[in-house]
Amino acid sequence: MTGLLEGKVAFITGAARGQGRSHAVRMAEEGADVIAVDLCAQIGTVPYGMATPEDLAETVRQVEALDRRIVASTVDVRDSAGLQSALDDGVAQLGGLDVVSANAGVFSTARFEDLTDDQWDDMIGVNLTGVFRTARAAVPHLKANPDGGAMVLTSSTAGVKGIPNAAHYVAAKHGVVGLMKTLANELAPHRIRVNSLHPTTVDTDMIQNPAMYGLFRPDLGTSATREDAEAGFRTTNKLDVPWVESIDISNALVWLCSDLARYVTGVQLPVDAGNLVK
Amino acid sequence: MAGRVAGKVAFITGAARSQGRSHALRLAQEGADIIAVDVCAPIGSIGMYPPATDEDLAETVRQVEALDRRIVATKADVRDSAAMKAAVDDGVAQLGRLDIVLGNAGVFEIQPALELTDEAWREMIDINLTGVWNTCKVALPHLIEGGRGGSIVLTSSTAGLKGTPNTIHYTAAKHGVVGVMRTLANEFAQHSIRVNSVHPTGVDTVMIQNEKTWGLFAPDDPAPSREKAAPVFQATNALPVPWVEPVDISNAILFLVSDEARYITGVTLPVDAGYTVT
Repeated sequence: MTGLLEGKVAFITGAARGQGRSHAVRMAEEGADVIAVDLCAQIGTVPYGMATPEDLAETVRQVEALDRRIVASTVDVRDSAGLQSALDDGVAQLGGLDVVSANAGVFSTARFEDLTDDQWDDMIGVNLTGVFRTARAAVPHLKANPDGGAMVLTSSTAGVKGIPNAAHYVAAKHGVVGLMKTLANELAPHRIRVNSLHPTTVDTDMIQNPAMYGLFRPDLGTSATREDAEAGFRTTNKLDVPWVESIDISNALVWLCSDLARYVTGVQLPVDAGNLVK
Repeated sequence: MAGRVAGKVAFITGAARSQGRSHALRLAQEGADIIAVDVCAPIGSIGMYPPATDEDLAETVRQVEALDRRIVATKADVRDSAAMKAAVDDGVAQLGRLDIVLGNAGVFEIQPALELTDEAWREMIDINLTGVWNTCKVALPHLIEGGRGGSIVLTSSTAGLKGTPNTIHYTAAKHGVVGVMRTLANEFAQHSIRVNSVHPTGVDTVMIQNEKTWGLFAPDDPAPSREKAAPVFQATNALPVPWVEPVDISNAILFLVSDEARYITGVTLPVDAGYTVT
């Protein structure tokens, strides 16, 4: 059976691990070749270990094991020139661009009055400006595609509603929705569809870390464990699950990017176990 | 390859033709058996397009059976709870289970608000809102009893998210459907029953392809037509298409009811070519 993305080329940021790797592998399973970028380095204000070059190499290995091609680069989404060059190189090698997953993002937490300028700047830089730069680098390639294309921006349930102790994250993820809505309007004449995904917490390193556990178990602080925090995570969702898996976000992404959603644009699609409808 | 809803049973209202038939066929292609109902009769205040007929419903049956799936079809009015209960109970008795519920049956009529009769208001609310609740009410006990969870998709409209002139009863009913969806998503999440709504822009069926609707889109034309109305329809969408096809709504529903969307609930999903984002 033909894959849903057979013959397409996908550009994915934050592809070294977590949701980004899952997206790369899931899209490759559906027949896409992949242009992958990831910072593969630590950002000082991020309270968990970020992806490494070995992680990105593992994504490459998994995509190639599916007999798909992948062009991977170590790039910071805050670096326009680096992004453009990685993408242009990938497009040159793989022959075009059809779909974009602006997935790269970080999380950190602080009470509002304790948020430092560095925390704010890093968050807005990666989670909002990074999405802008990703989209801007990709648009000329998508416009050059006579079939149009699809762009999916990864926002969050925190892109629709507020949560405490993450004002910078909430502001950035709401900003992503503004980008999505503007791009959906501006690019529709070119048959380029733009949508956003709004996951509840996803079972990745971004939430599976002591800083996050401490948010749900302030009584235990950063000594809280996954098990300690699980019940707290569960109360945020309406379906009886503490978090969803990366594959669930990837499945929604594949659907949005495929011809099955050929007339879906400008949509905020929650994959949130009922977090937002509660 | 196994279908995406293989072995499941879907209850679909308004299944005689158009979107309802498309849903039945799409789900049957992916392995589901079908319980179909349709009123197959005229509605007093709906005069701008012809009603579905017994022959239409028989044709849905023929096409589902041609896919080697089973279908139990009953002529029933969504306003008649007892008839709906009998239809779904009979279908479940014959097909052995229930997994998917599609509240699709609906009517459309155009009327300036102050010219709308009490009867026309009542019929619209009875069919497009109360009929959707009746559908859920008779189906939910089967989903709960099955103990495997389930997925309900209610067909709303872009008019369930946004106001439009000359459709006050339709717009009120379609907004009401969102209220039903959000309440049920909360109330039945404990049974792993997911509830979402789809919001189509104009779909290429007799509901919009009729002289009165064309005339609304081309008010100064003495002889309105599909061709003349198309550019005006297109101007309401962001993507350069006048309307979408029934299969586009079916593909969105198929995604929502499949395990690929196992954690999606409480979501309003537009399939609207960007109608609501413009």
